[in-house]
Amino acid sequence: MGEAIVITSGKGGVGKTTTAANIGTSLALQGKKVCLVDTDIGLRNLDVVMGLENRIIYDLVDVAIGRCKLHQALVRDKRFDDRLYLLPAAQSSDKTAVTPKQMKKIIGELKQEYDYVIIDCPAGIERGFQNAIAGADKAIVVTTPEVSAVRDADRIIGLLEKSPIEPPKLIVNRIRTNMVQRGDMMTVDEVASVLAIEVIGIVADDEDVIKASNNGEPIAMNPNSKSGIAYRNIARRILGESVPLQQLDGGPQGMFTKLKKFFGVKV
Amino acid sequence: MVKMQNVMIKGTKDGLLLSLDDKCSYSELLEELKEKLSFHKKADVAPNSVHVRIHTGHRFLSEQQKKQVLDILSQDKSLKVQSFEADVILKEEAEQLWRESEVQMICKIIRSGQILDIKGDALLIGDVNPGGIIRATGNIFILGTLKGIAHAGYNGSEDAVICASRMKPTQLRIADVYTRAPDRDEGQFGEPECAYINDSKQIMIEKMVVLKNLRPNLNRFVEGGF
Repeated sequence: MGEAIVITSGKGGVGKTTTAANIGTSLALQGKKVCLVDTDIGLRNLDVVMGLENRIIYDLVDVAIGRCKLHQALVRDKRFDDRLYLLPAAQSSDKTAVTPKQMKKIIGELKQEYDYVIIDCPAGIERGFQNAIAGADKAIVVTTPEVSAVRDADRIIGLLEKSPIEPPKLIVNRIRTNMVQRGDMMTVDEVASVLAIEVIGIVADDEDVIKASNNGEPIAMNPNSKSGIAYRNIARRILGESVPLQQLDGGPQGMFTKLKKFFGVKV
Repeated sequence: MVKMQNVMIKGTKDGLLLSLDDKCSYSELLEELKEKLSFHKKADVAPNSVHVRIHTGHRFLSEQQKKQVLDILSQDKSLKVQSFEADVILKEEAEQLWRESEVQMICKIIRSGQILDIKGDALLIGDVNPGGIIRATGNIFILGTLKGIAHAGYNGSEDAVICASRMKPTQLRIADVYTRAPDRDEGQFGEPECAYINDSKQIMIEKMVVLKNLRPNLNRFVEGGF
């Protein structure tokens, strides 16, 4: 019996889909059997990020209303032998086409076969969110170090606490090291102290992530990229390993800079 | 046999005090009240000029019974009933009073979009995040950081105070006075502070120690101590 993890954030554009794709990829790379589920009906993206768009025949709504069998709708990712599948969202319906009850049933079925079911949640707190969390056992909240994103994450955590899901874990995404050093961006510690939940990973802002997504190849497949490693580390933490958080400093610092910092001079 | 008086009328400087005996039967009481009033009617005074307080001792009067008593008293136009008093109250009322004087202890984080409503005083062990609201009819004490909105004295009590280990609110509300948090430097935080309404109806934020003088009735447990 596998585990269903929902990736959510409240605010849009903080990297839920990218995170879901990369965590799924990393878990598959670790040898686990993974199914990605896109619940963003009407605005599906996960298939594009995974590069599987052209192979979709049936979708989530078809499964929910019984137009096809569950296994017919699953798209296999050839790059990972038999370990990574995607259940795509429908593009032509809207969120109300599926009910939380139907979602729960589908996720329940998937958990029988897969080690991990990664659910990509749409932005917002309405029906789409309710659908996404319906079948989940665990939740990962993604936020960026921006006040608005943190505020929405806080709201989402509040809603998750009311559901039977375990206390959520936090990913701080898109950290711009140079801005943090200048004091223009919240630090990971500041974000974590507001939200008061366990941090399961931090990911630096990286242009390569966008490039990789555009090419339909999740960055986690690239072992030389720092953000790719960050996602792989998150997967290892999900599997129960204790991996220290990445050090995010913008290149080597000179002795003089360190000294100035030590004496409290603004660098 | 000497007949006991069930209805006693006393004159005080605020008007008349009607003491109704709590041992006799209710119907007896009404009879005697009627009798006493018919005797009293002879006095010739302006309407509504005599203020009357009614004390029923250990007898609990229902709303209907109160109305009956009022009806009898209204025969005399000069009387104006100000209040009913008794040494007893309903269990529900007592429980409510007790609840409102209790300090309710809550251990959680009030997150964005969440509202915590408390009857009486609230002691929150945890933070109020931006977008979260803590609301109490009494005082609010926060062992943690107040970053959202706190509303003390929700039902209009202006004596209520808000205390927090770290005061960084978006808004403070006490009774019907609202205020935006003052703009302050990050360095000034750290010390526990309290907010209260001053004489000119403004919310003030000061160090916690001033409370001792401003709201001495916050001391509830020291009798016999110290």
